[in-house]
Amino acid sequence: MNTANPATSSELLAAVASRELAGMRMVFAGIGLPTLAVSLADLTVAPGLEIVYESGVCGAHPSHLPETIADAVLITGAEAVLPMASLFGYVLQGGRIDVAFLGAAQIDRYGNLNSSVIGPWERPAVRLPGSGGAVEVMANAGEVFVVMRRHDPRSFVAELDFCTSPGPDRARADGGRPRGRGVTRVITDLGILSRAGDGAGEELTLTAVHPGVTAERVRAATGWDLKVADALATTAPPTDQELRLLREDIDPDRVYLR
Amino acid sequence: MDKTTTMSEAIARYVADGATVALEGFTHLIPTAAGHEIIRQRRRGLTVVRMTPDIVTDQMIAADCVAKVVGAFVGNSSAGSLGELRRRVEAGTLELEECSHYGMICRYLAGAQRLPFYPLRSYAGSDLPRVNPGLRKVVSPYPGPDGGEPEQVYVVPPVHPDVTIIHAQRADRRGNVQIWGLTGIQAEAVYAARHAVAVVEEVVDDAVVRADPNRTAVPAHAIDAVVACPHGAHPSFAQGYYDRDNAFYRRWAGISKDPERLKAWLEEYVLGTRDHAEYVAKLAADGTWDRLAVGSAPSGSIDYGRRLRKEHP
Repeated sequence: MNTANPATSSELLAAVASRELAGMRMVFAGIGLPTLAVSLADLTVAPGLEIVYESGVCGAHPSHLPETIADAVLITGAEAVLPMASLFGYVLQGGRIDVAFLGAAQIDRYGNLNSSVIGPWERPAVRLPGSGGAVEVMANAGEVFVVMRRHDPRSFVAELDFCTSPGPDRARADGGRPRGRGVTRVITDLGILSRAGDGAGEELTLTAVHPGVTAERVRAATGWDLKVADALATTAPPTDQELRLLREDIDPDRVYLR
Repeated sequence: MDKTTTMSEAIARYVADGATVALEGFTHLIPTAAGHEIIRQRRRGLTVVRMTPDIVTDQMIAADCVAKVVGAFVGNSSAGSLGELRRRVEAGTLELEECSHYGMICRYLAGAQRLPFYPLRSYAGSDLPRVNPGLRKVVSPYPGPDGGEPEQVYVVPPVHPDVTIIHAQRADRRGNVQIWGLTGIQAEAVYAARHAVAVVEEVVDDAVVRADPNRTAVPAHAIDAVVACPHGAHPSFAQGYYDRDNAFYRRWAGISKDPERLKAWLEEYVLGTRDHAEYVAKLAADGTWDRLAVGSAPSGSIDYGRRLRKEHP
């Protein structure tokens, strides 16, 4: 580790998320920390990773760090730009995506996500943007990674105020046949929660904590009785190479490394 | 037939009070100038259909043009909230019909094809069908995989806007619309509608369009009016013409958070300008267009070929 200039929380999250992409081929990415994680993975553990954006871009080779999922720099020099009906219909619903990143305002123990409202939908205390493509990403991606910058009981809740994007258990209970395993990793500023996603009723379990974080602290920051893995790991801090790539090549202006 | 007209005439003719108006363009080519003209003409009681209701929707809501929003993502991109939309939804004074991106795409697909519904693998287990009764479940009439139980799938109803307005890079005078870069959902939204208006950066000669027919996203038979309106997608972008005004998106979070500031912004930039040309001139004064200028990256050219002999080969 670069002891003279230690990793920030964002750098740690990006590095940890990038390592989880080892062996992946097709990733559906949003903007922000996922952009950094995917770019870093492409340069380290998953060379040749194809990034797909819901705007329709496949195989982007941007000259600058994109500011949106539809940034002009994603188009110029891209391998393909599809109409959205093809992107959602053939690529996502057609089952081509190995892993997708989603964000949320609330997550529950099964990895169901709320990005719609805080409070009742009819008269919300806070109206959030809503699904966008999240409900279809959850139903159709092989698995889903969630990155949360702040692990606290307001976000990690026992009961969602609204279920925007249901995991496979909820989907099956409603007669659905979800293709994917739902949320398998939640990467936060405190550690990593994991689900294998291959059995009914399976909960997110704390499988790793970041250096200096205790399991008790993570449990206190979680709104349900969080299970802790017997073999609780400590995440390895970003390596010198990961930090150099993030700081010098991927996000030199620190747009997302805030 | 020459379908070119002015923005003022196109809006006056195709957007009536109480109409259902689709404004499409996903981040790219958002028909902002058309939204501003709707505000200037003080339309009331509109249902705005837009996959991602964003800044122009927030402005139309603040100008009291909108009774209902149909959409899937009611946010200011990743730059914060739509202040007016949030205030009204949280106060219960704006009707919101909410689904998801693919749900909206399938609504346009059903509308364009005059189908009664369109199936998709979304919504099972979601709370969205509880708050949007249009999202319903059907049983497949066919056996499931391996001959098992028939699948249950959710379906969405068609949407048939009275008018769909899109923005594009160019069109000929008859309305053959050419788009490059992100083509989004524009063609589906046009075909779903009763009428369609294409607002373009430039009107070009027929020969320009016919030199590259694959570039035509919407043919003239689906377009009723063509409006030339340079920079008409600002603050969104037009690939190859000008970049996205990311700074304005970030500023909108602050402007729209304060109702007085939002009202003043509308008075100055929309109601206080006679047309989009005045808006463009106003923004030129602070260097907006220099800041958003883009360099050149021309496409490779392809060869469509032409038959050399008069008789059939």
